[in-house]
Amino acid sequence: MTDAEPAAGFYERIKAYEGQSAAVGGEGRDPVNSPMIRHWCEAMGHLLPVDGSAPPTMLQVWTMAGLSGHGDRSGPYDELLGALDAAGFDAVVATDCEQEYVRPLRPGDRIVFDAVIESVSPRKTTKLGIGHFITTRMDLRSGGEQVGTHRFRILKYAPAPRKAPGKRPRPVVNRDNAGFWNGVSRHELLIQRCTGCGTPRFPWLPGCNSCGGQAWDTVKASGSGTVYSYVVMHHPPFPAFEPPYAVALVELPEGVRMIANVTGVPYDKVRIGMPVELEFAVVDDELTLPVFRVREGV
Amino acid sequence: MSLRRPDALGGRAAIVGIGATSFSKDSGRSELTLAVQAVRAALDDAGLSPVDVDGLVSFTMDTSPEIAVAQATGIGELSFFSRVHYGGGAACATIQQAALAVTTGVAEVVVCYRAFNERSGRRFGSGVQHREPSAEGAALGWVLPFGLLTPASWVAMAARRYLHTYGLSPDAFGPVAVADRRHAATNPAAYFYRKPITLADHAASRWIAEPLRLLDCCQETDGGQALVVTSLERAHDLRRRPAVITAAAQGAGRAQEQMTSFYRDDLTGLPEMGVVARQLWRTSGLGPGDVDTAVLYDHFTPFVLMQLEEFGFCGRGEAADFAADGGLEIGGRLPVNTHGGQLGEAYLHGMNGIAEAVRQVRGTSVNQVPDASRVLVTAGTGVPTSGLLLGRAQ
Ligand SMILES: [Zn+2]
Repeated sequence: MTDAEPAAGFYERIKAYEGQSAAVGGEGRDPVNSPMIRHWCEAMGHLLPVDGSAPPTMLQVWTMAGLSGHGDRSGPYDELLGALDAAGFDAVVATDCEQEYVRPLRPGDRIVFDAVIESVSPRKTTKLGIGHFITTRMDLRSGGEQVGTHRFRILKYAPAPRKAPGKRPRPVVNRDNAGFWNGVSRHELLIQRCTGCGTPRFPWLPGCNSCGGQAWDTVKASGSGTVYSYVVMHHPPFPAFEPPYAVALVELPEGVRMIANVTGVPYDKVRIGMPVELEFAVVDDELTLPVFRVREGV
Repeated sequence: MSLRRPDALGGRAAIVGIGATSFSKDSGRSELTLAVQAVRAALDDAGLSPVDVDGLVSFTMDTSPEIAVAQATGIGELSFFSRVHYGGGAACATIQQAALAVTTGVAEVVVCYRAFNERSGRRFGSGVQHREPSAEGAALGWVLPFGLLTPASWVAMAARRYLHTYGLSPDAFGPVAVADRRHAATNPAAYFYRKPITLADHAASRWIAEPLRLLDCCQETDGGQALVVTSLERAHDLRRRPAVITAAAQGAGRAQEQMTSFYRDDLTGLPEMGVVARQLWRTSGLGPGDVDTAVLYDHFTPFVLMQLEEFGFCGRGEAADFAADGGLEIGGRLPVNTHGGQLGEAYLHGMNGIAEAVRQVRGTSVNQVPDASRVLVTAGTGVPTSGLLLGRAQ
């Protein structure tokens, strides 16, 4: 990833391009003409208009720069793109366009156009990466009258790291264990307890293995724990995890053990007997997990 | 089977035929074809034909139903069919099921089979990332979000605690891998025929799930294995020396899970195998000193050490020394996995190990233990499991 943390004031500087021109006095390379209308309709599977006019959605065709490039681009537009490139937002993708049609275009119409930098968005985080949306508005005229408008939006961005992290496997939630995961979503670690014999229970199950009792309540874990065992995962790789990483079996003073990740130390520094402290990690929009941080000074 | 008394199954049925396909990394055949070829080979070995078969047993994990195998093998009506759950833990239990059927007259000739394209098809080692919200799925759901996703990782958690408890390093597992591969090196049916390894090779192999290295993990195999079971009475009329089922047992421990029994006991043993061991010794009247050779389930090396302790071949925490002293090799205290095991010969969910035990009783193993007459076989470890004691007819 390139350095996409530009200096303070960067957005003010690029926002200042709003309202400046992106193209001045551009001219369509060809007048509106029947052969291009016919070819376009055939290529796009569009019905050829019976009155010989150009389909409105063909609007952009009459202003396209062709293979030789954007000779009619203005200085400010190139400057804006250059500033974004220099700040690390060096990738570009067209995101969408909107068109307005004022009147049908007919063979013989000669299109001239101006374009303006309509807006530069604040910094946005997208799936592709962090960047700014730039919207340009092009006004098309023929014979001095407005015939249409074309709004075009691009994202100039710093590409996100190529390996987009996959989603972690989800907990397997059912009627017997939903209470645990509901607790986790409230940042509470709940342990079942048999109300008959008092035996704490994890994993969650509908009855007690010690006495067979079916009645239970829960106790909230104090949050302290000790690493009882651990594994360092190397192979095979999984989309949501970057090996090597450590997974621990943590023993709680309440009398149960559970699997969780250990944070606060590198994977190769996890050891049996380490005291750890419960935390809740928000993994993504839908998933919070209990994790255990190695206590300071260990 | 009983948790407290000898059972009445011992000594009344026998394995009379064994048959397998080749063991490969890409069979080029369907799993059903592999199953059918293995069943036919086992029947040929026994000198029986498909029309003699009235029972079939397999694993719940097998993709070839009994009725499909029967159809494609030329087997007619079936009076007994059964499947056993818990992955490789089913292996010896298929033989127990068959023995139960033939000793009670429910069936006369039962074939047990397991066939899969585990290497070229769905590989268990590639891991699990999703489970349905059944009780079985939820049990694994406690570990998946944290990245504990593979059989190796589930075994490694117990293995780490074992090493810690007894002050050992991961090198303690090396002698298990070396013994398996040494035996495979002289077994032409083994994938690692003529490819022995050293302790240094083991110690230099890459980490898979620390403390497990690549050479602690079994192979992945395409293939099929079948075994024919009938009553001891009928076995005497057949052409092979019968491998008598001296004892057969299943076992699950208290607070048992499938591969993730992290929440009970001290994580240094295999309580479910302890259940199996007690019953095998009780029913047979034998003990660890009476066994000539053993086939101990070896999908991962640490559990071979724990099995030695569960069966009483050595004390708790002593298995690493037992193995390091050459105890598992031919001529050692207990030659183990003379076919090369699942690390060396093939990973057939333990069924190929039962076939090796039969060969030892027959006296036909490529790594024959002289005069072997009593052989222990175990099934999948870390899961509800099973075991057999095989012997010669009196
Ligand atoms: Zn209770």
